[in-house]
Amino acid sequence: MRYAIIGAGPAGVVAAETLRARDSGGEIILLGGEAEPAYSRMAIPYLLAGQIDESGTYLRHTQGHFESLSIQYVQDLVKALDVESRRLILKEGGSVEFDRLLIACGSHPVKPQIEGLDQPGIHHCWTLEDARSIAKYATAGSRVVLMGAGFIGSIIMEALVRRKVKLTLVEMADRMVPRMMDQTAGNLIKQWCIEQGVDVKTSTRVKAVTPDSSGKARYLLETDGAGEIPADLVVVATGVRPTIGFLAGSAIETRQGVVVDDHLQTSVKGIYAAGDVCEGFDWNSGNRAIHAIQPVAAETGRLAALNMSGCKTLYTGSLAMNVLDSIGLISTSYGAWQGKAGGDDAQQLDASRYKYIKLQFEEDRLIGAITLGITEHVGVLRGLIQSRIALGEWKQRLVRDPSRIMEAYLAKTQ
Amino acid sequence: MLRSLSIEPEKCTGCLQCEMACSYENEGVFNPAKSRIKVFVFEREGRNVPYTCTQCADAWCKNACPTEAIQINAATGAKEINNGLCVGCKVCTIACPFGTVNYNHATGKVIKCDLCGGDPACAKACPTQAITFVDADWTGYSKMRNWAQRTDTQSSAQV
Ligand SMILES: Cc1cc2nc3c(=O)[nH]c(=O)nc-3n(C[C@H](O)[C@H](O)[C@H](O)COP(=O)(O)OP(=O)(O)OC[C@H]3O[C@@H](n4cnc5c(N)ncnc54)[C@H](O)[C@@H]3O)c2cc1C
Ligand code: SF4
Ligand code: SF4
Repeated sequence: MRYAIIGAGPAGVVAAETLRARDSGGEIILLGGEAEPAYSRMAIPYLLAGQIDESGTYLRHTQGHFESLSIQYVQDLVKALDVESRRLILKEGGSVEFDRLLIACGSHPVKPQIEGLDQPGIHHCWTLEDARSIAKYATAGSRVVLMGAGFIGSIIMEALVRRKVKLTLVEMADRMVPRMMDQTAGNLIKQWCIEQGVDVKTSTRVKAVTPDSSGKARYLLETDGAGEIPADLVVVATGVRPTIGFLAGSAIETRQGVVVDDHLQTSVKGIYAAGDVCEGFDWNSGNRAIHAIQPVAAETGRLAALNMSGCKTLYTGSLAMNVLDSIGLISTSYGAWQGKAGGDDAQQLDASRYKYIKLQFEEDRLIGAITLGITEHVGVLRGLIQSRIALGEWKQRLVRDPSRIMEAYLAKTQ
Repeated sequence: MLRSLSIEPEKCTGCLQCEMACSYENEGVFNPAKSRIKVFVFEREGRNVPYTCTQCADAWCKNACPTEAIQINAATGAKEINNGLCVGCKVCTIACPFGTVNYNHATGKVIKCDLCGGDPACAKACPTQAITFVDADWTGYSKMRNWAQRTDTQSSAQV
C-alpha cells in the first residue's frame, strides 16, 4: 500500500505517524510545500516574541524522526491531482503515485481588496518565511499596523507587543475577536489591550495603503474613522481560506474547503482530507463547517489515517475551541457560544477584574461557553459539552453560579 | 505493569494532605493553590472528590500540542510536560476534557500531574487511602475512562 499525504502541518504529520503505527509495511510519502522541516504555524507567535528559535516551531524534535519511521519527507508543492491515474504532479517536476491519499494542505491567508496591499513590506503572518520578514521590520519602537483583530490577529498582537513595537490594531468589526467572543468579552479584551498600551481601533476600515511621501514612515494607511496612520510595517491578518486551488478540475468535490463524509473521505474513494483544508461538520449543529484550529487538525489527521489504514472510524464532527492570551488576559470559547434558538444561558461578570463566564444550554446540557480571566480547569467545559452530560439539578446550580463547572462535571460523572 | 493513581472519593475526608504534598513535591511550597491534584468539596452532599489527570491512553493534551512538548514517560506511562519545548500556548488546557492541565501564570507554561516520576506524593500523604498507587488495571478511573470515551471525537476508535 502506498500512502501520499499533501501537507506537513499537524494534520499531515499526525496522519503519517498514525499510518505507520497501523501499517508497518506500507510506503508513506509526506509532502511539505515549504522548504522547511515540518513545523507548526501556531508556534510562530512565540518565535516572534523571542521565546523560542525556529527549531522550537518544529512539530518533531528528534533527529531523523521521519526516517526512523520510514516516512519519506519530500519538500515540494503539489501542482495538480490526477484522480484517474492516482497521481500527484509536483512543481519541481516529477510525480507521486498513490493508492490512498490524504489532502492536508491547510489554508492560506487572504488579503482584502484594498489598494496598495501588494507592496513589499506588507506581510501576512502565516509561514516561517513571513515570520522572518516581520522580524526584520518589527523592531523596538517601529510603527506597526496590524490589520485584523480576529483570533489569529490577536495572537500575533501579543507577539508584536513583546517585540516592543508601537502597535496600532485596526479591526472592521465593532469589537475584538468577533467570531470567538461576544460583545461583553470582546469589548473587555479591547479595553484591556488599550490599557496595556496598544492603540486598538475597532469599527475602522483601512481604505488604502500608500508610500509616505513625507519620508517620515514607510507607509501611510488611509482609514475611515481613524484618519491616517503611519507605518513602518503592515501585518495583514484578515482571514484565511482553505488551499484548494490545485484541485480545480479534479473530481474532488470542494465548496469552501474539501468536502468530506463522516469518515473524512472525499467524494473520491480512497482520497481523504483533514485539517484546515477540510470542510467537515460542526460538532454542535451537524452543519457543514471548517474549524481551522490546531486541535481539530491533529484529531482529523489521526481519524483520517485510521480510516485510510482500514480501521473504520466515525468522524462525529469538530468542536470549535479556542484559547487566547491577550497580553496576559486569557480567554476561551467553546462550541455554540452564541447559544441556540430555544436554549438559555447563564453568565457571571466582574468587569473591573476582567472576569467573565457565560454558559449556553440546550435543555439541561451544556452546548457552548465563553470564559475570560479564568484558567483553572477550563478544559472541563469540553468534557461537559462533548459527553453531552445531562446536568439535571446541576443546571440550576450553574445558572446561579456558572463558575462551578468542575463540580458539575464531577458530580455527574464520579 | 504500569501503575496508576486510584481514587476512591468515598474514603476522602477532605483533609487536603494530598494537595499539600503535591505542591511541596512539585513547587517546593505548602500551598494547595499550586497543587496538581484538587479536592472538590460538595458541602450539600458531604462529599469530597480528589481529582487529577488520569494519564489517559489517548491523551487529548498530547495530541493537541503543537510543539511535541507533552511526552510519555516510558517507565511510568505518565504524560509529562517538557518545559523546554512548551511555548505556553494553552491549547492542551482547552483540549483535555477533564480540565486537568492548567496554565501557570508564574512560569508561562502549563502544569499537570506527572506521577512524581513513579512515586506520587499525594498517595503517600493520604491518611485514609482514598488515593492509592496501584496496578493500572485496578484503578477507580475506569469510570472516568468511560466518560472519556464519550468525548468522542477521537476515542470512538479503540486502537
Ligand atoms: C500565527 C498563527 C497562530 C495560530 N494560533 C493558533 C492557536 O493558538 N490555536 C489554534 O488552534 N490554532 C492556531 N493557528 C491555526 C493552526 O496553526 C492551524 O489550524 C493548523 O496549522 C492547521 O494544520 P494543518 O495541518 O491543517 O495545515 P497547516 O499547518 O497549514 O499545514 C499545511 C501544510 O501543507 C503544505 N502545503 C500547502 N499547499 C501545498 C501543496 N500544494 N503541495 C504540498 N504541500 C502543500 C504547507 O506547506 C504545510 O506544510 C494559528 C495559525 C497561525 C498562522
Ligand atoms: S491532562 Fe487530560 S488529556 Fe492529558 S493525559 Fe491527563 S486526563 Fe488525559
Ligand atoms: S501549553 Fe505547552 S504543553 Fe500545552 S499545548 Fe501548548 S506547547 Fe504544548
